[in-house]
Amino acid sequence: MSLRYPLRDFHMDIFSCDVLVVGGGGAGLRAAIAAADAQPTLKIGVVSKVYPMRSHTVSAEGGAAAVIKTGDSLDEHAYDTISGGDWLSDQDAVEVFVREAPTEMLQMEHWGCPWNREPDGHVAVRPFGGMKVQRTWFAADKTGFHMLHTLFQTSLKYEQIQRFDEYFVTTLLVDEGRCEGVVAIELATGRVVAIAAKAVILCTGGCGKVFPFTTNASIKNGDGMALAYRAGVPLKDMEFVQYHPTGLPFTGILITEAARAEGGWMLNKDGYRYLQDYDLGKPEPKPVLRSMELGPRDRLSQAFVKEQEKGRTFEGPYGHYVHLDVRHLGQKLIDKKLPFVRELCLKYVNLDPVREMIPVRPVVHYMMGGVHTDINGATSLSGLYAAGEVACVSINGANRLGSNSLTELLVFGARAGRAAAAFTAEAPDASSSVATQAHDEEAHLERRFRQRDSVRSGETERIATLRTEMQGVMEQSAGIYRSAPTLEQGAAQLQSLQERLTRVGVDDRSYTFNTEITSLLELSYMLDLAEGIVHAALARTESRGSHQRTDHPDRDDQRFLAHSMVHRTSSGQPRIEYSPVTITRWPPGKRVYGR
Amino acid sequence: MASTITLAVTRYRPEEEAEPTVETYTVPFRKDWVVLDALNHIKDHQDGTLSYRWSCRMGVCGSCGMMVNGSPKLTCAAFLSDYAPGPVRVEPLQFFPIVRDLIVDIGEFLHKLKKVKPWIVRAEEQPLSEGEYLQTPDEVDAYKAFSMCINCMLCYSACPIVGLESHFTGPAAIALAQRYNLDSRDQGASGRVEILSDHEGMWGCTFVGDCSRVCPKNVDPAAAIQQYKLTTAVDTLKSWLLPRGSR
Amino acid sequence: MNGDMSGGAGLHHVGDGGMTRRAGLQPGHAYMRYHPKWYRRRMSVWWWLQKGSYAQFVLRELTSVAVAFFAFIFLWQVWALGQGPQAYAHVVARLGTPLAVVLSVVGFVLVLYHTVTWFNLAPAAMVVRVSGRRVPGWMVAAANYAAWVLLSAVVAWFFLGANQ
Repeated sequence: MSLRYPLRDFHMDIFSCDVLVVGGGGAGLRAAIAAADAQPTLKIGVVSKVYPMRSHTVSAEGGAAAVIKTGDSLDEHAYDTISGGDWLSDQDAVEVFVREAPTEMLQMEHWGCPWNREPDGHVAVRPFGGMKVQRTWFAADKTGFHMLHTLFQTSLKYEQIQRFDEYFVTTLLVDEGRCEGVVAIELATGRVVAIAAKAVILCTGGCGKVFPFTTNASIKNGDGMALAYRAGVPLKDMEFVQYHPTGLPFTGILITEAARAEGGWMLNKDGYRYLQDYDLGKPEPKPVLRSMELGPRDRLSQAFVKEQEKGRTFEGPYGHYVHLDVRHLGQKLIDKKLPFVRELCLKYVNLDPVREMIPVRPVVHYMMGGVHTDINGATSLSGLYAAGEVACVSINGANRLGSNSLTELLVFGARAGRAAAAFTAEAPDASSSVATQAHDEEAHLERRFRQRDSVRSGETERIATLRTEMQGVMEQSAGIYRSAPTLEQGAAQLQSLQERLTRVGVDDRSYTFNTEITSLLELSYMLDLAEGIVHAALARTESRGSHQRTDHPDRDDQRFLAHSMVHRTSSGQPRIEYSPVTITRWPPGKRVYGR
Repeated sequence: MASTITLAVTRYRPEEEAEPTVETYTVPFRKDWVVLDALNHIKDHQDGTLSYRWSCRMGVCGSCGMMVNGSPKLTCAAFLSDYAPGPVRVEPLQFFPIVRDLIVDIGEFLHKLKKVKPWIVRAEEQPLSEGEYLQTPDEVDAYKAFSMCINCMLCYSACPIVGLESHFTGPAAIALAQRYNLDSRDQGASGRVEILSDHEGMWGCTFVGDCSRVCPKNVDPAAAIQQYKLTTAVDTLKSWLLPRGSR
Repeated sequence: MNGDMSGGAGLHHVGDGGMTRRAGLQPGHAYMRYHPKWYRRRMSVWWWLQKGSYAQFVLRELTSVAVAFFAFIFLWQVWALGQGPQAYAHVVARLGTPLAVVLSVVGFVLVLYHTVTWFNLAPAAMVVRVSGRRVPGWMVAAANYAAWVLLSAVVAWFFLGANQ
């Protein structure tokens, strides 16, 4: 197929702004507002491949942690977070996080978030896994939904925030060691545009879709992680993948941890609260903090695998599962505090948790790792920032506690927004090479997607085939338990998938909302990240938090009290290095739950 | 039970055709599949050019609204078994311009939403250091239902007024305005009334009520609009009848 | 302005707040040749027959003609009353003709439909609170029906009962 117009005649639209946020979810909107508040004269762009209210923050359920009640303290929140993360968290970052969390949550309240309340009108809190004190703010079990819509609606009042809705970012513009914007496809028209910016903040979330069974939405393809990685920024702690212990089989729909926090029980096929066999405490009728069902997610998911090995789980058409029982909580409490759990069960598995037990199994939920940043969200590339799940500051270490991520995206979204705004003061305008680079990218996209043979010619690969194979490889090699042989095999398989990726063809040559092209770009992002995860997991020959090696079952602080850094080599292969963990006041200790 | 089911899917390829056409696909029939799963199966295995939006597959992101057998539905919550033996008619949401296949242009809604000032308006901000605005559970309940809107656009697609008069602000945006009016922390109601008092605002609504019937989140936008009309009318009456001080 | 880049609006490059440094937009460019070319469907004149609920709605709106009809009759009677017994007797006689009776019966059915449909919608429009708690919708509707029955009884007693 020949091009209708010679490339040199292409004229691109070049937008420019001061701060450009990539991603319109919780972190992105918080960052945009923070930048706007910090310096009202700045022009701020928010570019997102979906309308902001579709962003995956919307699916978060349980709540957001911040110290507000008497009897709680910042140090206790910090300790819960650090021990929950198996001492891989940077403690200076955690201290900043717990200190700024209450202010950020109050700000959400002032912007109208419908938090659940005490009878006297104060904000109510609920218990959560791995937290020793009740400190999780919640809006029923739709906390992420309410936070996202509150942030989005609030962002509408800022005239200086301009959105590029449904623009898909294909590359970062980098010149002389500085990030100067992005190239994006306007999905509705296929128009390739350059958006130049003095500072860029990546807020694109995680990459759960590299795994087959995940709570993550279809849009969670690690776009921002891959963009940064390809621009030479290291990814940190990628081997730490959180499995949430309670997802619905088949769909992977999340049943919030709040179901356990309110008193739900995990039962094996004998109706036995099996967590008591895994050093998580004794079963009590009422929930006990940091015990049993309120243990951390990594330990609960690992316990499931052990139960499965003992043959004490149910077997269904979509694999093994156990039961989550909330029947004893009663309809009134369920309707008041867990209405979404009931709605999801009724709508998607046709069962009523008021009367029936919910089938659940561990499911990929969250990436502790991500783009390496400092406590201001700054990456190693000048002008490039990251916040939210895409970033790794790291406060979550080897395992994130439930209800820390929503708070994290506020605290570090705001910090990144302010830092980026400050950075623009000294930053010069984008260089002229931006236009050249953008033209090159447009030409590249045109060649890649509109001059290929169709898949129907028979020699090329299908996107879905490769994606499914990649997900299978990841589950086999980098699941809850890992070992050198499976990881090595996984790495080899991923490399061959990378080669096959070049042979993938597209049927769709349309310029109008071409979702086949974006699917292919997303697959290429995910493959890069999958390799990063597997190589980082292979290199870490210890077990810590969510990273469990059957061939190295113990934690090794001598060698691995360190962050892994995945660098992209010129061949495209990952190279792993390590950097130290910051310890301030909490020396590494044993993780104790239920005692 | 039949092992396959047929979907009659609207296609619109603006580069190739002047108006939409229908393409039929046959997919495996599975009890736990929703219409969206069937569309994904088509895209992955039969026709990579089929275009539609989707994301969370758990009824909260609001992306996957389409007409299924003539009714606006979230396709992630529309089970194939409810439409067996088929064929299942899948069309883009009605009353919106079609961009491509099952994708409609919702840009206009974003403008309408912004117009109603869907954020907390206050004469004076209380400093964060003084803590939260107090709000009792009853005060939360007063607006909570209207805050559940996921912007899925099913209500716009159910409302014939939207179809007849595209400038009508529409159910979701007015319900969200009312959500803030009823929030005890907000003081922006009078400003919103000015915006919504014309025929493109609340008075454009003739109370067909279908918006509430199709809402997947039980927001009841029809109720929001009628309540809004009632308070506005009562306030206007008061302003005519009562002396200035006692309004 | 927010959202100006979104959806179809972005195509027209309106109100981009000076953010664009345009290198020159080519109308002939491959992607611009087809855009904007959103397909807008026109609503059929018969849209209200498309769905039961639409038809019910249109019927509800049309039955307001019957309400106006009865209001007119009532005003006519009141006017006649003011003109004296002879005029009033004339009006009553006119209302007793077969055509008038048929019109009244049809009108009554339509008004009944109008009343019932509106009463059923009333709970949506009215939030009634008694000591802070919201009164359930069916009670609001029931109160409307009760008031209707009561008023009808009073009127019936006044015109029928009081004469005996």
